[in-house]
Amino acid sequence: MKELMLGNKALARGLWEAGVKFVSSYPGTPSTEITEEAVKFDEIYCEWAPNEKVAMESAFGASLAGRRAFCGQKHVGLNVAADPLYTLSYTGINAGLVVVVADDAGMHSSQNEQDSRHHAIAAKVPMLEPSDSAEALNFAKLAYEISEQFDTPVLIKMCTRVAHSQSVVETGERVEPLKTYEKNIAKYVMMPGNAKKRHPIVEERTKKLIEYAETSPINRVEFFTDELGIITSSTCYQYVKEVFGESASVLKLGMINPLPVELIKNFAARVKKLVVVEELDPIIETHVKSLGLQVSGSEILPRIDEFSQNLIAEKLGVRETGKGISLEDQIPARPPVMCAGCPHRGLFYSLKKRKCTVLGDIGCYTLGAVPPLSTIELTLCMGASIGATHGFNKMLGSQSEGKTVAVIGDSTFMHSGMTGLANVAYNQSNSTVIILDNSITGMTGHQQNPSTGLNIKGDPAGKIDLEALCRAMGINRVRVVDPYNLKECDAAIKEELAAAEPSVIISRRPCALLKTVKHKPPLFVDKNKCIGCKSCMKIGCPAISMKDGKAVVDQTQCVGCEVCSQLCPKKAFAREA
Amino acid sequence: METKNIIIVGVGGQGSLLASKILGHLLLNEGFDVKVSEVHGMSQRGGSVITYVRFGDKVYSPVVDKGEADFIVSFEILETARWLSYLKTGGQIVTNTQQIDPMPVITGAATYPENLIEKIRDKGIKIDAMDCLTLAREAGSQKAVNIVLLGRLSHYFDISETSWQNSLKANVPPKFLAINQKAFELGKNFSD
Repeated sequence: MKELMLGNKALARGLWEAGVKFVSSYPGTPSTEITEEAVKFDEIYCEWAPNEKVAMESAFGASLAGRRAFCGQKHVGLNVAADPLYTLSYTGINAGLVVVVADDAGMHSSQNEQDSRHHAIAAKVPMLEPSDSAEALNFAKLAYEISEQFDTPVLIKMCTRVAHSQSVVETGERVEPLKTYEKNIAKYVMMPGNAKKRHPIVEERTKKLIEYAETSPINRVEFFTDELGIITSSTCYQYVKEVFGESASVLKLGMINPLPVELIKNFAARVKKLVVVEELDPIIETHVKSLGLQVSGSEILPRIDEFSQNLIAEKLGVRETGKGISLEDQIPARPPVMCAGCPHRGLFYSLKKRKCTVLGDIGCYTLGAVPPLSTIELTLCMGASIGATHGFNKMLGSQSEGKTVAVIGDSTFMHSGMTGLANVAYNQSNSTVIILDNSITGMTGHQQNPSTGLNIKGDPAGKIDLEALCRAMGINRVRVVDPYNLKECDAAIKEELAAAEPSVIISRRPCALLKTVKHKPPLFVDKNKCIGCKSCMKIGCPAISMKDGKAVVDQTQCVGCEVCSQLCPKKAFAREA
Repeated sequence: METKNIIIVGVGGQGSLLASKILGHLLLNEGFDVKVSEVHGMSQRGGSVITYVRFGDKVYSPVVDKGEADFIVSFEILETARWLSYLKTGGQIVTNTQQIDPMPVITGAATYPENLIEKIRDKGIKIDAMDCLTLAREAGSQKAVNIVLLGRLSHYFDISETSWQNSLKANVPPKFLAINQKAFELGKNFSD
């Protein structure tokens, strides 16, 4: 049956058709929907793991047990899971094991623009790269065949434009191959003596995979002319076809590691001019050059940001591209902001008021760096807020301890904040950590985590008690505040920063967008009382603006959190009688 | 048929994903090759968002570039102005007249430009502007702005009412169908 399907959903469909029994992932844009779609199939056990490393190890455990398994993550997530991946390359698998890594060229929702193809090369595992939803589905199925044929985990690299675009797919039926577990110490116990014997097997496997790449139908030549040959993959293939149609010959690579040799040489020999079109790093280009071939790529195409048809048309000198019409007016930017009623807002306002140095983390609360709050001074990677605060305070001591805090969300704390807190407790820095517990993984669109008490299906699950956990680690000062209550926040921040030992403040209030959260009616501004002092504007609520010198509340956005009304000197905020 | 391009622009959270889903469903059923490209994640938090819908005999790229859009469907007038350069010469705009102040305007760092609709019209651009929020409320839910806009867009397509209704039914929860059907009609029959 033909359907229009999101790339990530198509991949999940491919998992189902391939007979996958086990999925463990950590959410991350643009990979999240694969797991959210997989959980809709009753035949697949799905879970959110606390982080990508645990997800990959769990998926491998399922593979070891003889069941086809999967884990998915965004590009930076694979850095976390790199440790198991690099050695899984040595052990190989039992039942097929496929790992998706979703890159984000253009950084729509990421902190860096790394090219995950480097991981495939470094870990010496095959990597497939679909260019649309149909390929996402079919490559997922093929990846399991490759995994079992070559005894290796297989990476599939998605990118934002493949993951989050819908295109037409044809669906098929499910197969369900099962294997049995057999004890094999030489294969699975990677102590030096065994690992030394596995490494040559890995090198031999790569040679066989290169042979596979030479003839695999997913590496295909579309020959139209000898004037220009383009080697490309992924979404770039779509842009190239859009621009050139049948006026250039194309070598479309579906397998990006290892790369074929003879196929590329033969294609190069048939064309007068050879160009590589690939986003981010020159991986294919470097390989082509290593074969002694004349090729262009890097010197004409940028190494930053995502591509488009206009960019390729322009850079390859095909045509001038449209600039379109625009107005003379300056169009104000519209950066993302914390939602109206966001529980992080009150806490950040309190931190700003106390002039705190705030070392932040990855999540919606990163938006605390945006005006007018402009409070967060660091965002690096998952969990870094706590480690960085520890090192910062160790070096600056009394200069920083009384005003520096780490802020980290509940899900991020579960992901990799706990180990940072262990370091604070163990090596005793006088640090204050604020866990922004909005009871959900927010930025990626509401996924459960080990502290919410619910599993991926929303059913009751184990629930980690954050207060008890922090105390068990040796933090004596643990307190909970309601971020809608500014006085309470201010008192907690003041007292915990003043304390002469490590402390944790849990700022607890569920995300305002959760369907389970009941809101109060929106507020109104009494125009007779408002003096236009703009005190309420300091919190950067998107529902409040100034019209004719008075504050007004957008009734479509306000959820009645009352943080603004605590700032009003004239008590001008009211509810309709 | 040459590929046709639609961009749907607005503020994160306004419902553009549902609009693109309905359009994609509709165009596929009409026998076209279709691609839809969406924005998920951080930009959705009240930021400026754009969704691309492309259809034709064979569609390659999932994105629409500057100067390529046959239609701009916009949820907010500042966003209409922001993405104007994507419109093809002779292209059509269908826009909500609602104004949502972005944070730089709220903080006073920037001002919301005035008379944007008139300025766009003065450039000789075809712009169909309507207060979709009021019409959505009239239909029964302020969230139905997206469907009011689709109703208006349906004017410019040679696709039967039945097909539109089928795609609406297939993508909207049954309990909200009546509201959305009314929103669609109000958008479709709007005249200023």
